[in-house]
Amino acid sequence: MTPTGEIAALFGRVIDLSLLTMLVLVAYQMLRSRHLFAIVMMSGIYSLLSAALFVSLDAVDVAFTEAAVGAGVSTVLMLGAMLLTVRRESPARSGRAAIGVAVVTLVGSALIYATIDMPAFGDAAAPANSYIGAAYMERTAAEIAVPNVVTAVLASYRGFDTLGETMVIFTAGLGVMLLLGAGAPRGGRAVKDRPADDRGGEDQPS
Amino acid sequence: MMIAVATGAILVAMLLALVRAFAGPTLYDRVLAGNSFGTKTVILIGLMGFLTGRPDFLDIALLYALLNFASTIAILKFFRYRTLSAPLQGPESAAPAMRERDLA
Repeated sequence: MTPTGEIAALFGRVIDLSLLTMLVLVAYQMLRSRHLFAIVMMSGIYSLLSAALFVSLDAVDVAFTEAAVGAGVSTVLMLGAMLLTVRRESPARSGRAAIGVAVVTLVGSALIYATIDMPAFGDAAAPANSYIGAAYMERTAAEIAVPNVVTAVLASYRGFDTLGETMVIFTAGLGVMLLLGAGAPRGGRAVKDRPADDRGGEDQPS
Repeated sequence: MMIAVATGAILVAMLLALVRAFAGPTLYDRVLAGNSFGTKTVILIGLMGFLTGRPDFLDIALLYALLNFASTIAILKFFRYRTLSAPLQGPESAAPAMRERDLA
């Protein structure tokens, strides 16, 4: 490896570590904060951070989905949901917090235990790279003639699967639109028939 | 080397934006912190491309810049009109802007 390559690898590691540290900081602040608006903005920042992390792991398409859905759409949807409810989270009872901590610790340690069995990052002998993945890489150019193999797999080899996913997402989107009442001021609540009333729910207690 | 130093500076700037997002007393501090954090992410992705010798990451960074701009506009528009789909009307017929009290 050339000296420049070593410097690049070192800085890649520094970037990954700083991004992960900031992720932990943001997650901790989201847990600590009771101010729902701050939590919504911080979840947008969290999505941007994880998108940058995905880019540094070479998963560019996952990163873009994360940025578009996590930082873009869901921030606005969360704000819409926030208008229908209170602005502050009420404190949880301490007995329930203990149960939550126990469950999170258990699931978290199970997940960390599961990562021990995973192949190393970029391992050529990993199952994802050796069996069907290699066949897709070889055959896509001849069979589908799409330069991007991921697109070929999603839209052609697994076309019916993608159609089903699209239906699920469409239904979920319809549900969210119905819940938030996208066309009405103040969401689905406090909608009045008077056309001039565009300050509905103004006197809502905050 | 210069790119590495720039990356370090961007990481420090990201931390500073995070501090503002954590502390920021008003709503607009937090919106601004989120927006500038998005800009820092754009620059970081561009720098990562040059650091690993793949300048085509710049295209992705451009897309992120567009997305960041659109989502900040969406959030601010949401404060102004309090709805996901605001009618295109003159400023005098619009709903009153969301005040600090509404979200505090």
